[in-house]
Amino acid sequence: MRGDARAHQLIAPDTLAAALDLIASEPGRWTPIAGGTELMVAYAAGKLGTTSLINLWGIAELRFIRTQQDSISIGAGATFTDLRNSAIVMSEFPLLAKAASWIGAIANQNRATLGGNLVNGSPAADSCPALLVYDAEVEFISVRGNRRIPYHAFHTGYKQNAMNANELLYAIHLPRRFARHRQYIRKVGPRRAMAISKVALAATAFVDNGIVNEIRLAAASLAPYPNRLRHTESELICGAITNDSIRAARSALMREAQPIDDIRSTAEYRKRVGANLLEEFLRGLTTPRGE
Amino acid sequence: MSASDITIRFNVNGEACTVHAPPMKRLLDVLREDLGLTGTKEGCGEGECGSCSVRMNGDLVNSCLVPVLHAEGATVETVEGLGRNCSLSTLQQAFLRCGGAQCGICTPGMLMAATHLLACNPHPNIAEIREGLAGNLCRCTGFIRIFESVILAAGSSLPEQVSSGSLDAR
Repeated sequence: MRGDARAHQLIAPDTLAAALDLIASEPGRWTPIAGGTELMVAYAAGKLGTTSLINLWGIAELRFIRTQQDSISIGAGATFTDLRNSAIVMSEFPLLAKAASWIGAIANQNRATLGGNLVNGSPAADSCPALLVYDAEVEFISVRGNRRIPYHAFHTGYKQNAMNANELLYAIHLPRRFARHRQYIRKVGPRRAMAISKVALAATAFVDNGIVNEIRLAAASLAPYPNRLRHTESELICGAITNDSIRAARSALMREAQPIDDIRSTAEYRKRVGANLLEEFLRGLTTPRGE
Repeated sequence: MSASDITIRFNVNGEACTVHAPPMKRLLDVLREDLGLTGTKEGCGEGECGSCSVRMNGDLVNSCLVPVLHAEGATVETVEGLGRNCSLSTLQQAFLRCGGAQCGICTPGMLMAATHLLACNPHPNIAEIREGLAGNLCRCTGFIRIFESVILAAGSSLPEQVSSGSLDAR
């Protein structure tokens, strides 16, 4: 334990408005902390990189899952346990419920928040591919008001995002239109719990009369930041799933992926397994639903 | 700038406690150093091993990842709260009977994770036990005896593959 508690400020506004006022008064100074599953690790190792923290854990205005007619809204402070326990997430956004179940183990899921996972922006983050293939939007909040952007525009580089220094991530919105889509998610890692993914793939597709009308693909650990596999998608859109199209899509993924060698795996392994996961998803599209 | 102590009032194992500590001090360190509750162990110190598991407001948490500020007003349960008046809980007795504890470093965390599991799900199946304890590492027992302890405490019968010890510990 190298983090020095006395050298770190942690202030705790009672309300979201008070938190926004503080970060607006000194933009960039205060680092938000919610469940602490990421920042407390860095803190204990003496590698936090900041000594000024603002607490968001316990701010009720950030912790919700709301259902509207056409969408659901998930507060940035919702935990992965909240997601796993949500009937609507389980029934309409099963990829997100599944990803939530992979994150750490129970103790981590009880504290880690969806907003924290996004803002941390790890290329290996489990929830991000699911949100990308559900065409999520993210909503920021600041003293000036709220603004929304498509989630696919949120991550802009390795651990970089489109949020301004006076903003907080407020909510993630998911359109309720995936009931008829084929959905897929799979993680490959040394074990189901705790271990960070070597590679993971999430996918949604709408197939009509054997033709792929809509497809979204997103992977963990195949790029410096969570992002769609656009070139691979365009290889498949408006076509049928055949041995040839699967081969072409595999090649497109291998060209498009930019994985790295690191402690968890190698770039070559990640590409190859990513292509295998893609093929598993695509072959599943050629079988009738429910089989 | 150095952080001043804040006053944290919370309930630990049924007793009201007040501590004065910097807000970023880890709950783990407050329990061990300020309250003398050294049953909770530090293993990895990064939320991977579960040795420091406690329950906070009924949720299982890794106390090494909780700034004590978050415990303000909370109800915290540690391993010291399981056995009362020198008598062990059913779960602790089951660990003794099944050999669920060996070197002991993981045991307080295992007991808290299993207590949490049984509080949420009094009759877990083997898959649910595996998941409930997935964040707690043991390097002695091979996990099988721990799973058997939880099954015994839950009053369920041992499935064939657990009692024969052939279950692989994924």
